[in-house]
Order: sequence, then C-alpha cells, then structure tokens
Amino acid sequence: MKIIVCVKQVPDTAATMSVDNGAISWGDAPLIINPWDEYAVEAALNLVADQGGEVIALCLGKEGETEAIKHALAMGADSAAMVSDPALIGADNVAASKVLAAAIQKIGEADLVLFGQQSVDTDTGLLPVQTARLLKWPSLTLVSKFESVNSGSGKIQVLRSMEEAGQVVDSTLPAVVSVTKDYGEPRYPSFMGIRKASKAEFPIWSLADLGLEAPSSSIAWPEVTEPIQKEIVTEIIEGDTPEEKAKSLVDKLISEKVL
Amino acid sequence: MTKKILTYIDHFHGKAQPSSWEGLGLAVEIIKDLGGETAALVLGDGVNELADTAFQYGADQVLLADSPLLKDFRPEPLADMVAQAAREYQPDLIIFPTTSRGRTLAGMAAVDLETGVMVDVIALDWEEGNISATRPIYAGKLLAKLTCSTTPQIITLRTRAFTKPEPDPSRSGSVTDLDINIDEAGVVTAIASHQEKGGGVSLSDASVIVSGGRGVALNPTLEPPGDLDEAAAEIWKAEQGFALVQGLADVLGAAVGASRAAVDAKYIEYDHQVGQTGKVVSPDLYIACGVSGAIQHLAGMRSSKVIVAINKDPDAPIFNFARFGVVGDMHTILPPLTEALKEYLAG
Repeated sequence: MKIIVCVKQVPDTAATMSVDNGAISWGDAPLIINPWDEYAVEAALNLVADQGGEVIALCLGKEGETEAIKHALAMGADSAAMVSDPALIGADNVAASKVLAAAIQKIGEADLVLFGQQSVDTDTGLLPVQTARLLKWPSLTLVSKFESVNSGSGKIQVLRSMEEAGQVVDSTLPAVVSVTKDYGEPRYPSFMGIRKASKAEFPIWSLADLGLEAPSSSIAWPEVTEPIQKEIVTEIIEGDTPEEKAKSLVDKLISEKVL
Repeated sequence: MTKKILTYIDHFHGKAQPSSWEGLGLAVEIIKDLGGETAALVLGDGVNELADTAFQYGADQVLLADSPLLKDFRPEPLADMVAQAAREYQPDLIIFPTTSRGRTLAGMAAVDLETGVMVDVIALDWEEGNISATRPIYAGKLLAKLTCSTTPQIITLRTRAFTKPEPDPSRSGSVTDLDINIDEAGVVTAIASHQEKGGGVSLSDASVIVSGGRGVALNPTLEPPGDLDEAAAEIWKAEQGFALVQGLADVLGAAVGASRAAVDAKYIEYDHQVGQTGKVVSPDLYIACGVSGAIQHLAGMRSSKVIVAINKDPDAPIFNFARFGVVGDMHTILPPLTEALKEYLAG
C-alpha cells in the first residue's frame, strides 16, 4: 500500500503571535510539524506496518521549511517530497490544493492520501476536501478509526466524526482521509529516526516540475492584526470558607447580570 | 448594489444545526442594507419541515432537494447539489455554518465553482457592496481580514458569532424544487451505520461552559479503591473531579470543557478539549476549574464574555484573564457553588 501524508510546518502552539509592519511574527518560538499532522503520520505508519507498503511525506512550503518533513521522516516515513516555488507565496486553499493534487499525481499510484484535520496556523481544514475534489477521489474527513483498508479489493471503511454522531463509512480507494486526534497518540521519533531524518535527501519540486502554471487565488489577506484585548479587571472573591466564597461568587454573577 | 444570498441549512437527519439560522439572520441583515433577496438551500430526505422553518428565519425562497439519495451525509452528491443550486440561482454570496459538514461542502463547492472560501468568519463588512470578512487565525491569537475576488463568494460562519434571529411563524415563501440528477451507482460512498454520541450540550453551541484542567485529579482528601495502581488511581480521582464539573454544568445547562493537559492525561475524551488543538469557544460565561491557563488553552476561550477561574494556585496565569477569581481548591468550592446556583435558579 502506498500512502502519502501531507504535512505542514507551523510555529509552536505555545508561541506568542504578533504583527510587525504587517508581517506575522512568532518571535523566537520553534517551528514544528503541525500537531494535527502527527496523527496522520501515525495512522499511515500503522497501516503500512500492518499491510506492508510505503509512507511518503509531502509538504508544500517555502524554501527551507523542512521541519514537518524531517519530523515525519524521524517518526518513520520512508521518503519525502517538497513543493516550493516563490509563485506560491500567498496562494489560497484552492490554489494550494491544485498544487498538492499535481504532486500526488506526480508521486503516482497512491492508495491513500492522509492529512491532519486542519493546520494550527490558518485553521481552514479545507485542503483535504479540496484536494480530494480535484482528484475526484472520495473525501473522508475527521476520521478517528480505520475499520478496514484493503488495497487489493480497493475498499476502505472508516469511522468519521460529526457533531451529532459517528458515521461508519464504506468507500473506495484511492481516497483522501483527514485524521483527528481521537485516532490515538502519535509516536515520538526514535534517536535512530532523528539521525536518519537529518541526513535524508528529498526532491524539491517547483511548479514547472509539476507541469503547472502559477494557479490564481481568489482569497486575499490584505490585513492581519493583533486582536484588541479588552481590559480585564480581575476581582478576587473573598471569604473565610468555601461556602462563603461560593455564595459571594453567585451574588457577583447575579449583580453583574451574568446569570 | 443588490445581492442574492444563498444560505446552506446544515442538519443531521432533519434536525438543524442552530448556527444555520444565524446564517439566515446575517443574510437578512445584508439584504436590508443593500437590497436583494435571500434563499435557503435545504438538501436531505423528508426535510419539508426544515424548509418551513427557513421561511420563519427570513428566507424569501427555499431551494429544495428532497430525496432518499440525500438522506445521509455523503459529501460528493451533496457538493454536486450545492454547485448545481449555485449555478441555477447565481448568488453573489453563499453562507454556510462552520460545522463539520458545512466546512466540507463549502470547500468542495468552491472547487466546482472556481472560487474561494473564507472560513470561520466572526465579522463581516459589506460597505458599498464590497464584502470583507474577519476571521481568527492561530486560534484567535491574530485576526485576518479577507477578501474574495471571484463570485460566488463563499463564507462559513463561526457558531455564535452572529445573532440568531427570532423566528416569525407568519412568514412563508416559495419553494423551488431542484432537479436531482444523482446516479446512486456513481456514488462511491455508503453509510454503514451511525454511532450515537454521548449526550450533553455541545461546546460550540453552549452559552455557558464549565471546564476542568489537571486540577480535577488533585483532591487530597480522596482515597482511591485499594486495588488500583498509581495510574488508574489518578484517572479514578480525575473522574470524581469531573463529576463535580459535570454537576455544576448540569445546573447551568452548560457544556463540559477540558484543557489539553486533562485530555492528554486521559481524564476525559478529546471531544471536550478547548484550545488551539481543540475547540475554540466564546460562551457568555466560562468557568475554569483547576485550569492553569496555558497559552494554548487561553487561545481557545479568552473571547468568552465573562471568565471565572477557580484555582488553588494564586499565581495561575488564568487569573489574569478572569473577571472573577476564586483562590481555592475546586473540590471544596464546586459543591457549595453548585448548591447555591441550584437554589438561585430554582428561584
């Protein structure tokens, strides 16, 4: 089975974000693999451990944004490919999906393409479904469990999550799947894995390598700002006993019309 | 410049997600300013009643596809119907709620209609007919203003960011039946079964949230059953702590939230996680119990209207974001707090 996992480099989730002269800054916070993507890598490695095959990490990013690929390789991915082109800076989701779809076709013969459910930076969650739509493959989003995957018969059954219920879905391969945190804890990279990943070489494709013109984007972000923080005056509730504090808190909530 | 606005009514087997009506409310607001018309898009099986409700919430027209083929959520045929409806109705703007289904269909329809999606919008400007949307990025640590240069423009609305209108039972309108050209043999996805979710109030829709952090497992007076090992004893203690959180939530009709630390420690299911890798919420009242206030958690809840923090550590960062702070052990505060609220609400 051939599984492509799409991964992205993002600033650490503990980073304090700011805007300097219109540019987004995360100070000196480390860059990491998008935490959601780790679940997708974990799922891919488990499927391949079960059934044989290979896991390929695919990343769309600026030159040098290799942290996500390195992490996926260190976890155990067999190989990687990166797409990087100055013409892609500011690309919207549809444009990025077109590039990913072309890269997936260039890699070729994938049974599954896995994504994390969304990225922690732009939080759109659109790439899995848009890439699937472009490839004309089924979209299986927010999957927490692979009930069965059979590359021989080309069938897949997964458990998807919706607000009201879980949904057990039968579909066909190749398919695009986004994996949620409910799938289970991702492994830590091993020492050997990290060594291997630090030496790994992988192709960096330009748009021309994929046979693409720069895709046009509909969505622009003319302005990014830091949210205005409302001034918060914290009032510490006093009282000699827990009962007094509880009573006093309820009185405050009532007098401020919170209740 | 008048607008035609199409609003997608998201539902599960005929039961609407309330945020769908927030979308219709926004559509009506825009039309009030700019002129034009609103239509609701209702796709499903046996969903006539939803069409009636859409009129009550402000739709002038309902585009309806009612067929057993559309009973379950299958993205491909539903996205085909959304794209078909958009080609026939020619809207300037399509509004979806940011639900799991809304996000999926908005994304797929954007590919079909060669346009883009502005996701999880919390504010919209339409001055002189030019639409721009504001959305949180980096879990609300920053805000981005977005524009879309192609039509239809597609947005998904964050739940509770826009006001739900009052339904008007006297309103009605015209229903247009869409042609359904779905070939079941061509649909590669089938739903084998559904698994019920544990009940309780959903985090995204909740106006009050009570959440627990690592502190739920730190009740010094509890003695776990002797046959549990250390790890199992910790989980057992956390379950007792979350029972207190749940008790308070029940009295308030609130949803139960949790910090990442509590979820990672397996104290509670991931569904409850609030924060950067969980759900981003903005209820009217957020009561954080034994939550220290890591930046990832704050990112997910700091836009709540009123935050109450209960923590025994007076230096916990959560207090800097709380309107009211109670320094004390949640295990001793929650029982009398729950009782006092129960008494007050019983009136």
